[in-house]
Amino acid sequence: MLSITNLQATVADKPILKGLSLSINAGEVHAIMGPNGAGKSTLGYTLAGRPGYEVTGGSVVFDGQDLLALDPHERAAAGLFLGFQYPVEIPGVSNLQFLRESLNAQRKIRGEDPLSGADFLKIARAQADAMGMEMDMLKRPVNVGFSGGEKKRNEMVQMGILNPKLALLDETDSGLDIDALRVVGEGINRIMRKADKAVLLITHYQRLLDYVQPDFVHVLAEGKIVRSGGPDLALELEREGYRELAA
Amino acid sequence: MTALPTRRDEAWRYADLDAVARAWPLPAPEQIQVADGGKFARTIVQDKGGIQQIDLHLGANSIASLHFLNFGADYGRIELNVTLEAGADFALGAAQIGGAKQTLEIITTVTHAAPDATSRQIVRSVLAGQATGTYLGKVAVARGAQHTDSEQSVKAMLLDRTATANAKPELEIYADDVKCAHGCAIGELDAMALFYLQSRGLTPAEAKTLLLQAFVAEVFEGAADQETLQALALAQLEALA
Repeated sequence: MLSITNLQATVADKPILKGLSLSINAGEVHAIMGPNGAGKSTLGYTLAGRPGYEVTGGSVVFDGQDLLALDPHERAAAGLFLGFQYPVEIPGVSNLQFLRESLNAQRKIRGEDPLSGADFLKIARAQADAMGMEMDMLKRPVNVGFSGGEKKRNEMVQMGILNPKLALLDETDSGLDIDALRVVGEGINRIMRKADKAVLLITHYQRLLDYVQPDFVHVLAEGKIVRSGGPDLALELEREGYRELAA
Repeated sequence: MTALPTRRDEAWRYADLDAVARAWPLPAPEQIQVADGGKFARTIVQDKGGIQQIDLHLGANSIASLHFLNFGADYGRIELNVTLEAGADFALGAAQIGGAKQTLEIITTVTHAAPDATSRQIVRSVLAGQATGTYLGKVAVARGAQHTDSEQSVKAMLLDRTATANAKPELEIYADDVKCAHGCAIGELDAMALFYLQSRGLTPAEAKTLLLQAFVAEVFEGAADQETLQALALAQLEALA
């Protein structure tokens, strides 16, 4: 589904990703772990197409398409979803209006008919219920006044509504208490643990992986994947620290 | 005023003086008197250009609510002179949306002539291309107009580095027990918010329009024709985004 080959990227002319390769097949959950500054968030932003994250080499093929040739909204329509580490607050724009317009914009690019207000609300309500979020919160401006945990829950509601093929989840576990961590973990499994979908979890800690079992774990250090393995690697990292393994 | 204004006149400093010359001499300002305890509301959609001048007198304990949407033609100017008697309440919500080489102006003078009156002005400008948007707003509190409560909130959004916003809230206070708040900000669209919206599937133009719609929405609150105004504004914003 996703094939990253020798990806190199700079931010403000500073090289961050230095030849990263990674392959993700449908039905798989991958976790990327690594110390601060390794380039984990840069990987997420680069794949989603954030302006200022400049690709200087390598290639990324997503579902048979050259991902790097697409604009951010086209990547979304192709089925890519980035869960933000710090979801953005947008005063004055209601969650529901934003999500309905987003979903219909994606459907338009895919040549599908727009959803009616009623059909959209049905989907939104089901996803909000599943994440234990009140519909009232979905009517409020995007993330404004939400706690850290509520913002992450809202990301999962968005992911449920937009129903992507591949989710890149950037530290979705940060800022969550134990109960919220379980709810978010279950949300990821419910929405994304399917034969035709895949997940790339970007995280510092093992704890999210207790709820979302990865098939593969990778260690990112200094802009490259320095080690890959099965779920045991995450436990080993938790025990030994990054320094030992990256060396 | 009989002589053509020049750039030395503060109230005309940023005006399109060629357009002003073509419109000269101006007809006498429209006079509106709101009786003591009365109510008045007016929406002005400036879609053809030109200069409109209004003198509004609010009798004691009367209420007036005005909404402006200023977007038409090369030069559009709305000038409003308000006098508030005791206990009167005045609210203005104004948006100006312009691109190309348009010059759009909202000039207000709000005089609190007597105690206990309130005034609240919210002005939002969205400017693209080489457009110029100006708000000059003077609040004058007369001697003895105690317990005046006045507020000006002025914000402008520049979509291009070549657009210009002028904003000048101004206070002239001759009473000592008053509340006069004013805030003024000129900025650009938040790049992170734009990326967040696009990452969910909105095109760059849709994302911009959504943010701009939210930016101006507040000014139409309380208007009887709020939805019409929002739809008109949206059409203008879409054209700029």
